[in-house]
Amino acid sequence: MISQFFVLSQRGDSIVFRDYRGDVPKGSAEIFFRKVKFWKEDGGEEAPPVFNVDGVNYFHVKVVGLLFVATSRTNLSPSLVLELLQRIARVIKDYLGVLNEDSLRKNFVLVYELLDEVVDFGYVQTTSTEILKSYIFNEPIMIDAGRLPPLGPAAMFMQGSKRMPGTAITKSVVANEPGGRKREEIFVDIIEKISITFSSSGYILTSEIDGTIQMKSYLTGNPEIRLALNEDLGIGRAGGRSAYDYGGSAGSGAVVLDDCNFHESVQLDSFDVDRTLTLVPPDGEFPVMNYRITQEFKPPFRINTLIEEAGSLKAEVILKIRAEFPSDITANTILVQMPLPTYTSRVSFELEPGTVGQTTDFKESNKRLEWNLKKVVGGSDHTLRAKLTFSQESHGNITKEAGPVSMTFTIPMYNPSRLQVKYLQIAKKSKTYNPYRWVRYVTQANSYVARI
Amino acid sequence: MAPPAQTHRSPSPSQPSGKGEVSDLKMQLRQLAGSRAPGTDDAKRELFKKVISCMTIGIDVSSVFSEMVMCSATSDIVLKKMCYLYVGNYAKHNPDLALLTINFLQRDCKDEDPMIRGLALRSLCSLRVTNLVEYLVDPLGAGLKDSNSYVRTVAAMGVLKLYHISESTCMDADFPATLKHLMLNDREAQVVANCLCALQEIWGLEATKSEEASTERESLLSKPLIYYLLNRFKEFSEWAQCAILDLVSKYVPSDSNEIFDMMNLLEDRLQHANGAVVLATIKLFLQLTLSMADIHQQVYERIKAPLLTLVSSGGPEQSYAVLSHLHLLVMRAPYIFSADYKHFYCQYNEPFYVKKLKLEMLTAVANESNTYEIVTELCEYAANVDIPMARESIRAVGKIALQQYDVNAIVDRLLQFLEMEKDHVTAETLVLVKDLLRKYPQWSHDCIAVVGNISSKNVQEPKAKAALIWMLGEYAQDMQDAPYILESLIENWEEEHSAEVRLHLLTAVVKCFFRRPPETQKALGAALAAGVNDFHQDVHDRALLYYRLLQYNVSIAERVVNPPKQAVSVFADTQSNEIKDRIFDEFNSLSVVYQKPSYMFTDKEHRGPFAFSEEIGNLSLGEESTDNVAPAQRIEANDKDLLLSTSDKEESKGSIHNSSAYSAPGYDGSLAALSQTDLVSLDYKPTPNVPSATFAIDDLLGLGLPAAASPPAPPPVLKLNTKAALEPNAFQQKWRQLPISLSQETSISPEGVATLISPQTLIHHMQGHSIHCIASGGQAPNFKFFFYAQKAEEPSTYLVECVVNSSSCKVQLKVKADDQSTSQAFSELFQSALSKFGFS
Repeated sequence: MISQFFVLSQRGDSIVFRDYRGDVPKGSAEIFFRKVKFWKEDGGEEAPPVFNVDGVNYFHVKVVGLLFVATSRTNLSPSLVLELLQRIARVIKDYLGVLNEDSLRKNFVLVYELLDEVVDFGYVQTTSTEILKSYIFNEPIMIDAGRLPPLGPAAMFMQGSKRMPGTAITKSVVANEPGGRKREEIFVDIIEKISITFSSSGYILTSEIDGTIQMKSYLTGNPEIRLALNEDLGIGRAGGRSAYDYGGSAGSGAVVLDDCNFHESVQLDSFDVDRTLTLVPPDGEFPVMNYRITQEFKPPFRINTLIEEAGSLKAEVILKIRAEFPSDITANTILVQMPLPTYTSRVSFELEPGTVGQTTDFKESNKRLEWNLKKVVGGSDHTLRAKLTFSQESHGNITKEAGPVSMTFTIPMYNPSRLQVKYLQIAKKSKTYNPYRWVRYVTQANSYVARI
Repeated sequence: MAPPAQTHRSPSPSQPSGKGEVSDLKMQLRQLAGSRAPGTDDAKRELFKKVISCMTIGIDVSSVFSEMVMCSATSDIVLKKMCYLYVGNYAKHNPDLALLTINFLQRDCKDEDPMIRGLALRSLCSLRVTNLVEYLVDPLGAGLKDSNSYVRTVAAMGVLKLYHISESTCMDADFPATLKHLMLNDREAQVVANCLCALQEIWGLEATKSEEASTERESLLSKPLIYYLLNRFKEFSEWAQCAILDLVSKYVPSDSNEIFDMMNLLEDRLQHANGAVVLATIKLFLQLTLSMADIHQQVYERIKAPLLTLVSSGGPEQSYAVLSHLHLLVMRAPYIFSADYKHFYCQYNEPFYVKKLKLEMLTAVANESNTYEIVTELCEYAANVDIPMARESIRAVGKIALQQYDVNAIVDRLLQFLEMEKDHVTAETLVLVKDLLRKYPQWSHDCIAVVGNISSKNVQEPKAKAALIWMLGEYAQDMQDAPYILESLIENWEEEHSAEVRLHLLTAVVKCFFRRPPETQKALGAALAAGVNDFHQDVHDRALLYYRLLQYNVSIAERVVNPPKQAVSVFADTQSNEIKDRIFDEFNSLSVVYQKPSYMFTDKEHRGPFAFSEEIGNLSLGEESTDNVAPAQRIEANDKDLLLSTSDKEESKGSIHNSSAYSAPGYDGSLAALSQTDLVSLDYKPTPNVPSATFAIDDLLGLGLPAAASPPAPPPVLKLNTKAALEPNAFQQKWRQLPISLSQETSISPEGVATLISPQTLIHHMQGHSIHCIASGGQAPNFKFFFYAQKAEEPSTYLVECVVNSSSCKVQLKVKADDQSTSQAFSELFQSALSKFGFS
């Protein structure tokens, strides 16, 4: 059982603080914050999510820059507590619409109300947004969502895309629309995070897709929903072979998941037959299914790096990225980074003539090259030339002193796994009942690295 | 990463501060208290919010207690909730004022709205004021019987809260019994779950005091209850499921059918999106199959994919918790995961604590077929700009080299590191090359050629410098320049700050002298002179020792300082197998993340309901089926069988740290220890012709002398210490460690059986014979006891497991002893004491 729960701001102020068992001495929030901020143990500089100070165990997760913390004196399951902290954050977000320091401060009474019901004397009672509804009496105080930084993977849909009603993501499950009636709608997001490591010759060393089908329902009366996925979806790789045995299956067209797991509301009765998930979605946001794929897929970007020495104190780096996805799709917020030799003193950049929306930077403090691209249209390629000046003679092999090149990006309406929601069926209450359904795809880079 | 400390915190507008504000609030509250004007509630809400806000940031607002209570006469539930929160926070330190709230809370406990009843009851139980407990009993009793399930869930927790305020009040009101009834009958799963949690805690704590409670505690693990919970399993919330899975993992099924039924029932829990549920299920599966080696291995195969999915889905924090568990499993059975090594490759954006775990896993799973790829990957990290990561990666390569058969290619890689000309890479690599040479002296030729090219000026880190110097001394004959490099190092004696390096320098120069006397003589003289004048005690002592040895007889000095060495076959492990097993037993807990068993980081009172003498509890459960004698031990043995092939590898885990402590001890200020280890283990190896030393080591290991070695002397009369004392933990530890030295069946007299109404009677009797009981349990006809005794003149302990069947008058004894040669004598003593039972 946990002893305390608190949320700290980035500066270390308690925004909410709830003591459930009174067996942890005062000042735990300060002790915790100091420890996290000045962590220096085991050679690392970042505090692990769980640590022990004077017999008190501290668990924390970071959510939108806030620290959600639990303390305990007993030897608990770390997964349980960390999962709980994440759930608490999610429940709060469901109620407040937007989760950030400002919304928490404005709604701390509501948050206390939630905390009272979620945990009693350190034992978890419920984390279901649905069940909690009947115990919560405070109305959320909405904050202006327009000027907020986007949160979480699904938040990218807010950015200017015409297809989505942007406000839906920041809508509270309890607050009513200005018109007094709630809009009936349901969002299904297929979010895929991809990790690839390219060898210096451009060969794919490892690749993985970590996907989530996330759902957020604003349907009244909890109708049953059927979600159909690719009919030829395969699960688990045959035999005891390594998950990384590439070959045969890759070209055949079927999507094969290595493994997946499901939210507890999901009924899998017909899943083995026709790949349909049946569920009664609870209120709020939750992952319907998580999946993992190591089947080979087409990487959305290819990265080429060329380093040419020009004398003993100079070198030129040529970075080329090529977007290998269809031209009707556009990736955004692309960032290419590359650590340069520590003795690099100056870098001058040269972009292709006529480019717009691209910026370059040399981060002096950590000797890192940064190349920002606002948008990249499928099929296009882009080149950056960087001329480096060194403060001392290089030891000869610059490739050993620099790199690897890493990339982050977001590609809406694209998913490399080709996993699809074929249809989303809502059990009808009446002929006129036709809620809005949004099925959205997005791909993000998790660890996208090219060695040089 | 850490920005400079921000000592100054600017108060944000929503955070009031200062005393003035509090008295202001007090005034305003007072004004509103009596008001019935419309809009009063809104005004109150605003004020209450301010008060709670102050409370949150740590401003003491206890001075407005009475005003808050006055204002709480309201029907507004939001106001009520805020008031309850406030009262709960301050009542403990203002017991007199808390009394003021009893009235309205008790009234609210009878409200017609179940929500209000529940809230009030919860607040009432959360006051934590000892002298108010009398007011809790009635509302709690009513709450447990309430028609509304919300109130009952609150009441079940309320009982636990009451227990923590006043144990006696809780027990006197017989609440645990009521909880038990509710647990077995309530329709609402959350009520059942709360009753279970409360009972686990209450009986867990009471068990140390009364026999009855410990029986009750064990009844939580009884077959009917376990089956009842499992049958209703799907009704429970995911969190309650975790608690039940944890409970079930302590249950010992009677046969394999039971085990398979459970596993089939819970199989789908491995696909749950909540990592806590999956890990709890895995723990159960692992525990259930401990005694079935092949199934146990299947479980490993089955849980691999779900674990990997959990690692890659969810937040980085949950992923870390799961990864820690995966790490544990990989370390136990690396061969099962050897094909999955690519999952343990590090991603550039992962935090260091994750990368470190992954590197250890990569090291563990390396085998003939994947070593090449793993080492190639590690070499990429070694070139990383992130220095701690580069260091760890090099160490990992070294560890793989130390555990591998095909060292050839790896040695080449290591030597390439030396050519990278990065100081931190060179430093790490030197230390590793030194360890490698200690294990594979045959590689000296290749290594020395490369090491010889390193300029000692580029090596600054003490550990690396010490390693380089060790190699210079050890391979002086192969390195052309060795005497001169040493000489130049000695010239800079004054600038060398590390005592560790100076110690090594002394030894190296002496070794070099034996091989190339004319070239080294000058350096030796300088080193001994500098050493004798060194301010550091150890350096001084060692220099003096060498000086005198050399003076006495050079060839003897050589035999002492530079005897022929045997290659190290296995570097000692940093963690004993016992500790590792302990951590494995505590799967799905912090022990796994910290890589320590719980007794090392929790205090006794917080060890959780079942932790206290857990193992003994488990053992005593086996008594229900008599053929199931000491299942835990058998299980352990089987588990070892399964993992046997891995234990060798595990042995070398952590060898790097250990070995560097071995040959080049980290200077930590403990002078005596330092010089001793170094001298003894590096330069002086006890050889088989020094029998006393070998024997001493055997003794240290607790093996005792083999009986054949010394003809058994007539056993002396054994005397026991009347005031023997042994901590339960120590008992458990010993019980695990020691082998059974004697297993006997004897009988107990019918008179004895007659006296054995409860275990207590035998315990008292044995105590009269200086044999003490540490744990007991069971009901007629089966009783089980764990006894211990100590020799009168020395701290040598005997442990006894004693199973008494009162219907057959049979007694089974298992004796474990520190000194096994006397266990027969002890057993006779024990039996004679037992035979007197019932006659005194």
